[in-house]
Amino acid sequence: MGKFPLYILIAVLVLAMGGCKFSPVNDKNKGGKGGKYSSDTEQTQTEAEKDADARYGMGEDEALAMKALEDPNSLLSKRVLYFDLDSSQISGEARDIITAHAEFLAQHPDISIILEGHADERGTREYNLALGERRAKSVQQLFLLQGVAQNQIQIISFGEERPVALDHNESAWRLNRRVEILYSGY
Amino acid sequence: MKKLFVLLIPLLFVTSQARAVLTIEITQGVEGATPIAIVPFGWTGSGAPPEDMDLIVAADLQRSGFFSPLPVADMVATPVDSRQVNFANWRAVNVDYLVVGQMKALPDGTYQVQFQLLDVPKAEQLAGYSIRSRKPDLRRTAHQISDIIYKTITGKPGAFDTRIAYITSTTDRKNSKVYRLAVADADGHNEKIIYESSKPLMSPSWSPDGKQLAYVSFSRGRSEIYIQNILSGQTRRVAAFKGINSAPTFSPDGRKLAMTLSKDGNPEIYIMDLSTGKLKRVTRSYAIDTEPAWTPDGKALYFTSDRGGSPQIYRIPVVSSPAGVRAKRITFDGNYNARPAISPDGRYLAMVHREDGSFRIAVQDLKAGHYRILTKTRLDESPSFSPNGAMIIYATEDNYRGALAAVSVDGRAHQRLRLQAGDVREPAWSPFKTR
Repeated sequence: MGKFPLYILIAVLVLAMGGCKFSPVNDKNKGGKGGKYSSDTEQTQTEAEKDADARYGMGEDEALAMKALEDPNSLLSKRVLYFDLDSSQISGEARDIITAHAEFLAQHPDISIILEGHADERGTREYNLALGERRAKSVQQLFLLQGVAQNQIQIISFGEERPVALDHNESAWRLNRRVEILYSGY
Repeated sequence: MKKLFVLLIPLLFVTSQARAVLTIEITQGVEGATPIAIVPFGWTGSGAPPEDMDLIVAADLQRSGFFSPLPVADMVATPVDSRQVNFANWRAVNVDYLVVGQMKALPDGTYQVQFQLLDVPKAEQLAGYSIRSRKPDLRRTAHQISDIIYKTITGKPGAFDTRIAYITSTTDRKNSKVYRLAVADADGHNEKIIYESSKPLMSPSWSPDGKQLAYVSFSRGRSEIYIQNILSGQTRRVAAFKGINSAPTFSPDGRKLAMTLSKDGNPEIYIMDLSTGKLKRVTRSYAIDTEPAWTPDGKALYFTSDRGGSPQIYRIPVVSSPAGVRAKRITFDGNYNARPAISPDGRYLAMVHREDGSFRIAVQDLKAGHYRILTKTRLDESPSFSPNGAMIIYATEDNYRGALAAVSVDGRAHQRLRLQAGDVREPAWSPFKTR
């Protein structure tokens, strides 16, 4: 067998991945259809191997979009918003981060996010579950105000059940009172 | 005379993974606790007795905080029957009550356990029983003996023959979290894992017949409510609406489940009819309303709400209440009172109270209005009454780990239950066992 059938296999896999939860891009996305691989030369494949973005075969717009998300100098690389004790008020820094993501999401209506709300361990677990949701909702509100569509945002609260810092002091609690912006697949 | 008991009982669970070792430490005994001697039980049978009944009974009574068992080393004699008792000897060591007993192995493999509870000053028998038991039930038999002794002396039912459910979280060898829902005897023995997940677990709550547990699992990625039969393991998902599904708690008749759902916007209290699945919304506010707790008559719910700015406890009628009936605020001490638990007689409200940045267990007397903080540690939560109303078990932090502790409702007796590895939290004391 020559190399051609292998490419078809890759293209099929790429298409299959387009529908699975790891892909940031929906099936109906313009660039996703067919992908680059169906007509690519060996040269492009080598490039693709170096470049994680292109391996998904989403087309150039999405590849660029993902690049923007991964740029460490961009506000888009910041995905965690922190909160004061018992508060769901959004800080100035968090507001800037939200604005950057909101602009990005408004430009890419096919990309969706999960806002995951968390609380520190103090206070009761059920109240904290509600507080995590309230934090995520206040972030969502700001996204909606900035032109992001409702169906681009999903909310999940974990309350105090998923701390990132395990110590029992203020420096840990500060890190645990948060909303995480999760891009599907990232 | 102020006594501080430090009694360490290592309780080994025989499980294949040998993972859970729970120790119970009486951190503060009670001044004026009743002195009692539980004499080592006589034993007729081959080898060593399968259980030390007297030690189980002594540990039970001591944990209650109301009794101060005489150490075996201080005993003047070891009678196994009231006819062998010289009451003057026991008066001399100032014990008010004496328990003597014996256990006999029977040819059919069962055991005959006899005991007598004696009033030392009056030199008379208060109770005497002979109980037939099987080997796996001997610990339970000992707890039942403790219940009889407790009831005979205090006039109130004991809660030794009961269980606790709790959640543990440990990190496995691959460094991932494992969450377990466990049920153990009230003294920490006989731990059984009834549910294990790599996703968080929350809020176990007993059905009134003690046969089911409702809880919150994140097994499908977000909070959903399940009810599991603890004997068969049979489980059903009862609430998986959009948003939060949490804080399940059975109505006293077991037919309904109160819960918190945020499907209509923000967290509100609902009541689900368990036979039809129909929901009735109880609260309506823009605030967080959660952590419902039924009154024993099933006619009202206490719950946490921050509608007034900070979390406080409110009460709302749920039976034949006219539309638009308002919740009544119940707590006014401090700016954080949450997670209500109601004593079985409806008189006391236990809750989590914030004071100087620490979270403590507090109790409000709903009749007299007194408010009292029972604990001194800083991350206390999840209070749950024993079914006889005498003790409150709760979660605390101990050596930077989650641990369980219990305190008597009057705040006098304290005990701790330590798990050797991982965190243990969210204890829920079972109702009395039904047969």
